[in-house]
Amino acid sequence: MVRGFAILLGLQWIGELISQGLDLPLPGSVIGMVLLLAALRLEWIQLEWVSDAAQLLLDNLSLLFVPAGVGVMVYFDLIAAHWLPLTLALVISTLAVLAVTGTVDRLLSHCGERHGR
Amino acid sequence: MAASLIETPLFGVTLTLVIYLFASILYRRFQYALLNPVIIAIVFIIALLRQCDIPYQHYAHGGDLILFLLGPAVVALGVPLYQRRDQIIQRLVPIVTGITAGAITSIITSSGLILLLGGSKQLALTLAPKSVTTPIAIGIADKIGGITPLTAASVVITGCLGAMIGPSFCRLLRINHPASMGLAMGTAAHGLGTGRMLEIDHLGGAIAGLAIGLNGIITALLMPLLILLLDQI
Repeated sequence: MVRGFAILLGLQWIGELISQGLDLPLPGSVIGMVLLLAALRLEWIQLEWVSDAAQLLLDNLSLLFVPAGVGVMVYFDLIAAHWLPLTLALVISTLAVLAVTGTVDRLLSHCGERHGR
Repeated sequence: MAASLIETPLFGVTLTLVIYLFASILYRRFQYALLNPVIIAIVFIIALLRQCDIPYQHYAHGGDLILFLLGPAVVALGVPLYQRRDQIIQRLVPIVTGITAGAITSIITSSGLILLLGGSKQLALTLAPKSVTTPIAIGIADKIGGITPLTAASVVITGCLGAMIGPSFCRLLRINHPASMGLAMGTAAHGLGTGRMLEIDHLGGAIAGLAIGLNGIITALLMPLLILLLDQI
């Protein structure tokens, strides 16, 4: 478990270095995710070194967003000032993205499967 | 003495865990999508802090400790990606096309609706990166001149919405395959959608994790186009 956390945090740290060094718009954690995938693929890191720590974090991923959500309260006045356009835009746009993304994937992967047969 | 204890990290961490635990029990008992434990916990904690006049900063001493773990958790998304790499590579064309279509839809509908509803261009730019994970969205909003804190709040609200209604809405549209649903959840609702998706299906969760990163990159790349478009209006 300690080794797993050291690897995950270390890769996030390297990710932050890359992000800052190359002035990328990506956070260190997302770069770290790609680095972890690459390191596992190249067998520089064994899956069992990180699987326990990764499992623990991913099993509770939703919980980790609670403090960020509570942070919204600080901007309550800002939200209240624009609440109607904000609410409508967020709800409709979120539904639209779900529908478009899911449908495009569904239709294209159906085509792929038919070609494969 | 009790008052000073509220300013220690112990308060925020314990409050978050206990409330989330109760919200999870509630959710498991009733299995009702609107009772999503993340949203219930957020609403309840905000209500409690306001009711007891506890400033957010006191809560944040502990809240930030939990938030810190979000970094390594995003790195950890590389594990399901690695485990499901063969299935993902097989579906790479629909995945990349789907995310690109979703990113364009997100930018156009969010900023377009704001303008239609009488909001300012700045408000439109503020909401444009709303489906992207928080650190990327803040970076984008900062660069294009949005109201950064409002972007951060919209990202979290979008994530909650997606986690709450995403799976039922997808099934309603016959987006039943976990891979398609995961892609929709990760693209529309970033980490919160991914967290919800991991509870439903492993492959779907892996693809949702991939969508967080790719949607972030694609949205960032599309932003100059939106600015050009808004300048025409």
